[in-house]
Amino acid sequence: MKVSELVEKLGLKVFSGKEGLDREIEGGYTSDLLSDVMGHADAGQLWITLQTHKNVMAIASLKDLSAIILVKDFEPETDCIAQSEEEGIAILGTNEEAFEISGKIYNLLNQ
Amino acid sequence: MHFEYLIEGGNFSKAGTASSLFKKVLKQLNVDPILIKRTVVALYEAEVNIVAHAYNGVIKIDLDTERIYINLTDEGPGIPDIELAMQKGYSTASPEVREMGFGAGMGLPNIQSNADNLRIRSEVGKGTTVEIEFFLKN
Repeated sequence: MKVSELVEKLGLKVFSGKEGLDREIEGGYTSDLLSDVMGHADAGQLWITLQTHKNVMAIASLKDLSAIILVKDFEPETDCIAQSEEEGIAILGTNEEAFEISGKIYNLLNQ
Repeated sequence: MHFEYLIEGGNFSKAGTASSLFKKVLKQLNVDPILIKRTVVALYEAEVNIVAHAYNGVIKIDLDTERIYINLTDEGPGIPDIELAMQKGYSTASPEVREMGFGAGMGLPNIQSNADNLRIRSEVGKGTTVEIEFFLKN
């Protein structure tokens, strides 16, 4: 599934990095610990988190993640948005909690 | 080939920049993607450790057809007990750094599980040298 399809199906907000909406989603990883994501997420996965600072984008880029979803109406910081545009990796948003949005995405990807 | 990157302690807005630059080099050189992934994880964690704990540091990387050798030397507080620092979950990071999602005590274990060789030397009150090595051929 492409990031753009997921945005449409779950009504996600697109904060930045529209260029990245074309990326293919290979799965997901839910965590707020950066070294956990660095060590265990795989390329192409979505990252579901409440971390909003620029280092999130550094990890998304280094790990070739497909997109970032910020939960509970968290919003990305300005320099995080700038890097998202530069890297072409989308930052998305939802008002739901990590458990709920992860469950919905899990079901959609495993249909 | 030799590469050098200067790292500023405490500057999280630049954390990962050296790792990102070196990842591009490895991609351009068509290094095995799995090796690139392992190198990037280890290098990033070691780079962030300098940013989180030291005053400043230098990353020197030597790359040839046999191996990738990374030397990270910092001026900083040093590590009193390296064995303890290597334990999963152990961290001395500040509350601010932990709030950002760093400092979960996973950095050094991440380096160890990805590197072919890891060596850490440290002098309390002076600084730390981390050497990480990857072999290009099995």
